[in-house]
Amino acid sequence: MDWLFFIEVSLAGIGAGSLYALTAIAFVLIYKATRVINLAIGEMLMVGAYLFFALGAGWSLSWWLAIPMALVGGGLLGMLLERGVIRPMLGENPISVFMVTIGLGSILVGTVELIWTSAPRSLPGFMPDEAIFIGEAFIAPNTFWGFVIAAVVIALFLLLFRFWRGGVALRATASDQGAAWAMGINVPAVYSLAWGLAGMIAAGSGILLGAMSGVSPEMAMFGLTVLVVVIVGGLDSVFGALLAGLLIGWMESVVGVYLGGEYEHLVTFILLMLVLLVRPWGLFGSHEIERL
Amino acid sequence: MSESILGISNIEVVYGHTVQVLRGLSLEVPRGGIVALLGSNGAGKSTTLKAVSNLLSLENGELSAGRIEFDGKPTAGTAPHQLVRAGLCHVMEGRRVFEDLSVEENLVAATYARTGREQATRKDFNLVYEYFPRLHERRRALAGYLSGGEQQMLAIGRALLARPKLMLLDEPSLGLSPVLVEDIFSIIARINREQGVAMLLVEQNANVALALADYGYIMESGRVVIDGSPEKLLGDDDVREFYLGMAGAGGEMKSYREVKHYKRRKRWLS
Ligand SMILES: Nc1ncnc2c1ncn2[C@@H]1O[C@H](COP(=O)(O)OP(=O)(O)O)[C@@H](O)[C@H]1O
Ligand SMILES: [Mg+2]
Repeated sequence: MDWLFFIEVSLAGIGAGSLYALTAIAFVLIYKATRVINLAIGEMLMVGAYLFFALGAGWSLSWWLAIPMALVGGGLLGMLLERGVIRPMLGENPISVFMVTIGLGSILVGTVELIWTSAPRSLPGFMPDEAIFIGEAFIAPNTFWGFVIAAVVIALFLLLFRFWRGGVALRATASDQGAAWAMGINVPAVYSLAWGLAGMIAAGSGILLGAMSGVSPEMAMFGLTVLVVVIVGGLDSVFGALLAGLLIGWMESVVGVYLGGEYEHLVTFILLMLVLLVRPWGLFGSHEIERL
Repeated sequence: MSESILGISNIEVVYGHTVQVLRGLSLEVPRGGIVALLGSNGAGKSTTLKAVSNLLSLENGELSAGRIEFDGKPTAGTAPHQLVRAGLCHVMEGRRVFEDLSVEENLVAATYARTGREQATRKDFNLVYEYFPRLHERRRALAGYLSGGEQQMLAIGRALLARPKLMLLDEPSLGLSPVLVEDIFSIIARINREQGVAMLLVEQNANVALALADYGYIMESGRVVIDGSPEKLLGDDDVREFYLGMAGAGGEMKSYREVKHYKRRKRWLS
């Protein structure tokens, strides 16, 4: 066996996995704060990538202007969806809310195809493009920098979640929304905050993913694997999302190279089945999730 | 400034547009006073408190008639967190601590109640820890791992940090051992006296509640059936037998002694 090649394949997989992990965090954030299973996360990610494409390629803004604007756009989109569609459904059966997010996803894809057609696009470059070697192993620069950025964002998020006073409000709302409201926490504002932050994170993943593999409406399919990631990790576990994201990214890469691309998703779904059989609430989720 | 901190007049509450739970309930809580609201399981006590703190919407409940005034202003249309920030703090039934947060983080969450007023400082945390030294020892523990008594202390501690004018306490004795109940109630009495916080105290444990209260209401099926001073309520045989679930003559001596016992403790502990 060629170990160097194996390591290179693994590194590429972990790089891709870091984007699963980042997007999964956006999903978990929404789930924890609002108990909504947001199946439109992949579409939100795609919109973020297109916003960057529009600002950076369409309007020819430099990347350091276009990226923050695309992130803000992604955040606004998240808040808009929450305020306009999700909040009016508060108290409805979770299945209906979940169906509505599927509908939202289709609307987002439709809108993107109307504006930009479904032709694949490439994003303006914004990462250094010298080849990266770790020891002797080569990593594509976009994958390497994507991983680094995802890791920094995740670390920042974890710090905020843990130490910022707003993070306490988020976790309190996640733990008991009625009690949080009765403690003076503005729960509707926390909902907006969660969706806004998640929208931003998803847009960020979209930009990184677009930089690695181009932009097209197909990107939204990324959300399906993210769904598998969060189910495996446990819907309400940030740590589970991180670990499962890296694991599944690595697995897909190794399987894709050694067994062939057609097995990538097969193996992912086999893992999903196994986890569902043994621990229906996910590797790190809390047991109560079972009722869904 | 009106005499009472809380005035409820003739309220009716309906859940899910169908089930009427409160039928014309009225009561008042004077500033700085302790009022007990008693009644058997299902009488509508918790619903009354949720109507006051505007938390009915979470359970698809609605205030369909009547009027509630807190601190001289009607509460209708004010969001729960706004009421809390104005000084009305609801300690819900079953303690409802944030289980995945540490004790201290639970208190940090409660500082949101101070939004728009003087910000909470270290002194406020220390005040909570003075009343509940046990919480200080366990301040880094996850609230989910606390014992029932400690969780109740935390629930009251959070409310204390909110610096309310009125606390709504929903069955603080629920599931606690008699010794703990005594501890918690003597601290409730101290908070009332030392911090001037008015209390509306919901209890099934009538003896304990009436020992602290200045006035009591007994409710049944969504309305008040009798009200009066604790002496009057405990002195009335019918009330004792039918509404407070105490035996007739034999039990009287015992519970009356208990009342005196509490009053004494109340003085001693202060
Ligand atoms: N969310 C709800 N939906 C429908 N009925 C409810 C709800 N909450 C309480 N009830 C009913 O209202 C009545 C009063 O409940 P509650 O106020 O909790 O009583 P208490 O606190 O005095 O035990 C009970 O009969 C209960 O079944
Ligand atoms: Mg109750």
